[in-house]
Amino acid sequence: MNFDLGPYGMYIWPSYAISAAGLIGITLWTVIGWYKAKAALAKLEQK
Amino acid sequence: MIWLFRYANPHNFMRLSNVLLPITAVATALCLGVGLYLGFTAPPDYQQGRTVLIMFIHVPAVTVAELAYGAIVVCSLLSIVWRHPLSDIAGRAAAPLGAMFTVLGMITGALWGRPMWGTFWAWDPRLTSFLLLLFLYIGYMALWNAIEDEVRAARAAAMLALVGAVNIPIIKFSVEWWSSLHQGESIVSGKLAPVFLAPLLIMMLGYALLFASLWMLRIRTVILERRARTLMQRSAA
Amino acid sequence: MSPFFTLLARDIKLAARSGGSAFLALSFFALVATLVPLGVGADLRLLARVGGGVLWVGAVLAALLSLDRLFQGDFEDGSLDLISLSPLPMELTALAKMLAHWLSTGAALTLLSPLLALLFNLPPAATLTLFLSLLLGTPAVSAVGAIGASLTLSLKRGGLILPLIILPLLSPAVIFGAGAVSLTLDRLASGGALGLLAAFSAGAVLLSPFAAAASVRLNLGG
Repeated sequence: MNFDLGPYGMYIWPSYAISAAGLIGITLWTVIGWYKAKAALAKLEQK
Repeated sequence: MIWLFRYANPHNFMRLSNVLLPITAVATALCLGVGLYLGFTAPPDYQQGRTVLIMFIHVPAVTVAELAYGAIVVCSLLSIVWRHPLSDIAGRAAAPLGAMFTVLGMITGALWGRPMWGTFWAWDPRLTSFLLLLFLYIGYMALWNAIEDEVRAARAAAMLALVGAVNIPIIKFSVEWWSSLHQGESIVSGKLAPVFLAPLLIMMLGYALLFASLWMLRIRTVILERRARTLMQRSAA
Repeated sequence: MSPFFTLLARDIKLAARSGGSAFLALSFFALVATLVPLGVGADLRLLARVGGGVLWVGAVLAALLSLDRLFQGDFEDGSLDLISLSPLPMELTALAKMLAHWLSTGAALTLLSPLLALLFNLPPAATLTLFLSLLLGTPAVSAVGAIGASLTLSLKRGGLILPLIILPLLSPAVIFGAGAVSLTLDRLASGGALGLLAAFSAGAVLLSPFAAAASVRLNLGG
């Protein structure tokens, strides 16, 4: 795999980094939200 | 049309998504993995050099951002016209996802634009329309958050989304007209060599599957939150 | 037709009062026309270039100022409920309010615009185009604004969200309106741009009573 990105590497890496951060971030937000809701509901159903 | 309503029932949606979600999640990972691999192993483009790599994360983001708004419009239509119960939730759930893809599309677009056309931002029709799309998302989310009564908020937001939808072709047309008027930069769109087409399409599919997975999960989350709220209200009563 | 004109007259009277929207819109418009040169410098050629756009944006923002009260005042004191029970269909109520709003803001701003065009050193032909474009385009602002106002009428601080919702929707009006002025400055024909603007306004004025009425009903019905 060729990782020499040439003169424009300084645009390519940030693009990928920001995209990864954004997508991972929103995935985490979604997944954590799901587990929180599940936990809250389980607690209520136990009562 | 009837099958849509069979899954209008939250219970049925939970069952359906229970089956679908693992599939889409795995498919997402596969597509993104394969797409990235193919992208990075492709030779540099004749015109763009290695910056073509940015295209693989820019075009999918932009496409999904527009698809997501389309999804919101469909949900809004279902909500207002047919009072489809889950569509309110679905529309609201899609918005932050779509907004994130829009932001990523704009950032990657700027970073792609700098090496390609010498500027981070150009008021060309596509970018400008895209910026306005971001505002449409923000307005939609703001309206949802501002109105306290959820039923009213749902209908108002749906209305706003539909008005926005009607307006989008007009906005696109006016922005193109404006751009030709001021002889703004026109984005060079050449033909794409086949070696790039495959990773691009796979990445687009991957992004779309990611959106679908997150969307389903968001809807499931809201369904659970509503159940919890109902339980709390019952125990308080 | 009488209830329509009664409502129209009453809303205009309310807007034309000393604390009302007409005065506010005109003052704001004039202030924008004053502040921008202070901000970008007094180069008359530059000001002439940007004057059309600046005045257009200024007019849209000025017309926006009073929009959040379009339905809200009547909603809060219960008048809107009474109006909805009257034989006048809600669509015509919305149209009456839109017309009242336009007469007290858009039309007034249009009349003031030639004077403000002087501040930007716009040549006579461009001033005329500006006047025509505002005349044709401000109805769209009132119309689209009415939709936003009806969606947010139940909000205490709905005024903050209103511009956010409707300004993107009004971008075609700004584009065509200011574009027409730009064309005139370049000694090109602006008829096409004005035509597009007129079409946009006509569409907005025709369709928004229905959207606004639907939103009012949904807010009243709860």
